[in-house]
Amino acid sequence: MKALLSPRNLAVAAIIVLLALVPVYTRGTGNPYLLSLFTRIVILAMAAVSLNLIMGFGGMVSFGHAAYIGIGGYTVGILAHEGMASGLVQWPLAIAVSALFALVIGAFSLRTRGVYFIMITLAFAQMVYYVGVGLERYGGDDGLTIYRRSQFGGLLNLADKTVFYYLCLALLLVTAYVVWRLVNSRFGLVIQGSRSNDRRMRAIGFPTFRYKLACFVIAGTICGLAGALLANHTEFISPAMMHWTRSGDLIIMAVLGGMGSVLGPVIGALALLLLEEALPGVTEYWQIILGPLLLAVVLFARGGLDGMLASLRHG
Amino acid sequence: MLFIEQCLNGLQVGLLLFLLAAGLTLVFGIMDLVNLAHGSLYMVGAYFAATFTALTGCFLAGIALALGATLLVGMAVEVIAMRRLYGRDHLDHVLGTFGLILFFNELVRLVWGPAGKTLPLPSWLNRSIEILPGVPYSMYRLSIIVVALAVALGLYVVIMRTRFGMLVRAGASNREMVGALGINIRLLYTFVFGVGAALAGLAGMMQAAILTAQIGMGENFLILAFVVIIIGGIGSIRGAFVAALFVGFVDTVGRTFLPELLKLVLSATAASTAAPALSSMLIYLLMAAVLVVRPAGLFPAATR
Repeated sequence: MKALLSPRNLAVAAIIVLLALVPVYTRGTGNPYLLSLFTRIVILAMAAVSLNLIMGFGGMVSFGHAAYIGIGGYTVGILAHEGMASGLVQWPLAIAVSALFALVIGAFSLRTRGVYFIMITLAFAQMVYYVGVGLERYGGDDGLTIYRRSQFGGLLNLADKTVFYYLCLALLLVTAYVVWRLVNSRFGLVIQGSRSNDRRMRAIGFPTFRYKLACFVIAGTICGLAGALLANHTEFISPAMMHWTRSGDLIIMAVLGGMGSVLGPVIGALALLLLEEALPGVTEYWQIILGPLLLAVVLFARGGLDGMLASLRHG
Repeated sequence: MLFIEQCLNGLQVGLLLFLLAAGLTLVFGIMDLVNLAHGSLYMVGAYFAATFTALTGCFLAGIALALGATLLVGMAVEVIAMRRLYGRDHLDHVLGTFGLILFFNELVRLVWGPAGKTLPLPSWLNRSIEILPGVPYSMYRLSIIVVALAVALGLYVVIMRTRFGMLVRAGASNREMVGALGINIRLLYTFVFGVGAALAGLAGMMQAAILTAQIGMGENFLILAFVVIIIGGIGSIRGAFVAALFVGFVDTVGRTFLPELLKLVLSATAASTAAPALSSMLIYLLMAAVLVVRPAGLFPAATR
C-alpha cells in the first residue's frame, strides 16, 4: 500500500485525472484553444510512448519515428481526398500501412547498431518526407486540407471536439497499458536483455533480430495510429508533420519524461509542449531558454522528470 | 556543355559538404561525439563573414576574421558544453546538441534579426571565366573548388604528416594512453573541435555568398553531411572525401537531369514537383544501400 502511494504513482494518477478533466474545465471557461492544445499533447504523448518502447526498453534509438506519424496521417488524408471518409476503412489501413513501412525500415535498419542505427532511421524518415514533398496530387510541400474528419457512422462523432479528445485519451491509456504489458512479458524481457547485451542473448538461444523487429513494428504501428489521430485533429496533412525535428521532439519527450518507465514520455510530452506554450509569453526569444534547458536535463537529470519523481521516495 | 557545368557544380557542392563533414567526422571519430549542432557553427560562420566583410569592406579580411571568430566560438562551445558530453550515451549527444541548435538559431535571430544577411562578392570573383573554349563558368564557384581542395590536402598533410596529427590519431585510438604519456588531451580535444568548427564555418561563408546567410541554413546541409560520414565510415577523412564528392555529384546531377527524364513518363508539372524530391531521396537510398551492404560504411576506421 505504501509503495502504491509513492510520490511518483500519485503524480501519474494526478496527471491522468487532470487530463480527463480538461474538457470539463474548457467547457466551464469556454476556452476551446486549451482543449485543442491538450488534444495535441495527448496524441504526441502516444507517439512518444510508442517511441519509448523501442528506445527506452529496446535500446533502439530511432531518429525517424515521425515518419510513421506522417504515414498514418497521409493514409487518412489521401483516403479522405479520394472520397473515402469512413474511419472504419481509414484507420485500419493507416495502421496496416505504418506496420508495413516499419517492417521494411526495421528489416534494413536493424542490421546496423549504435550511431549507424540512429542515422539510417533518420535516412528512411527523410526518404518518406521527400515522398510527401513529391506527392503533387496531394499538395506536395504545401500539404492538403482534410474537409471531413473520419466518419464512424452513428458510433462516434469526431467533429465533436470533446468526443475526439476522450477518444485520443482513451487510446493513449490503451497504448500505455499495452506497452506496459509488453515490457513485463517474456517478449519484453528478451527485448530488454538484448538492450543490455545482444550477443549474450543470442548466445543463449534467442533470435534477437526477430524480437527487435517485432518490437520495432509494434512501435511504428502505434505511432501510425497517432498520425491518423493527428491528421484528424489538425484536419490538415503536410510533409512538415514528419520533419526530422518532429522526430527530435519525440526523442526529447521520451528523455525529458524519463525513458525508464512506460508513462515517462507522457510527462515529457506534457512538460515540453506546455513549455513551448508558456515560454513565448516570457520572451519572444523563448528557444534561447528551451535549448540550454534541454542540455541541462541531459547533463544533470539522468532519469528525466519521472526519475526525479521516483527518487523523491528515497530522498 | 550543361553536363560539364553540372559536374563542376556537383564537385563544388561535394567539396563544401566535405568541409562540413570533415569536422563532423573528426569529432565523431576522435571524441565519439554526435554533434547535431555542427550545422549551427556553419550558420554562425556565414553570419560572421557577412558582418566582418561589411565592417572591413574587404572580402578576404572578412573571411579571415570570421574564420578566427568561428574557431573561438567552437572552442568556447566545447569548453562550456561538449566537454561534459564525452563518454555519455549517443542519445544524450543527440538531445543535448539538439538543444544547442535551438539556442544558436534563436541567438542569431536575437543578434542579427530574422532577415537573412547577404555576403556580396568582390568584382574579381563575381564574374565568369572560360574554363574550356566555349564553356564559361563562375569564377567564384571555381575558387570554392580550389580553396576546398587545398583545405582537403592541408588536412591530409596535417593529420598524416605532423606531430599534431599524430597526437590526434593517437587520441582517437586510445585516449587514456595519450593522456598517460603527458599530453594535455583536453586541450587537444578543444582545439580539434575548434578546427572542426572553423571548417564548418568556412563552408557556411562560402555558401552564404551564393545563397544568403539565414537562420537554420545549416540543418538540411548537416543531415547531408551526416549521410556523407555514414557512407564514408565514421572517423575516416578519406571516406568523408570520397562520399562527399559522390553525394554532391548525385544531388546536383540528379536535380538537373531527373526532371528531363521524368518528363518522358509524367506530365511536365508533375515531373517538376517530383524530380527534386526524387533526387533528394536518391541520396538517402544510396546511404541505406551502403549500410545494408557494409554496416560500418565504405572506409571504416580501424579503431572503431
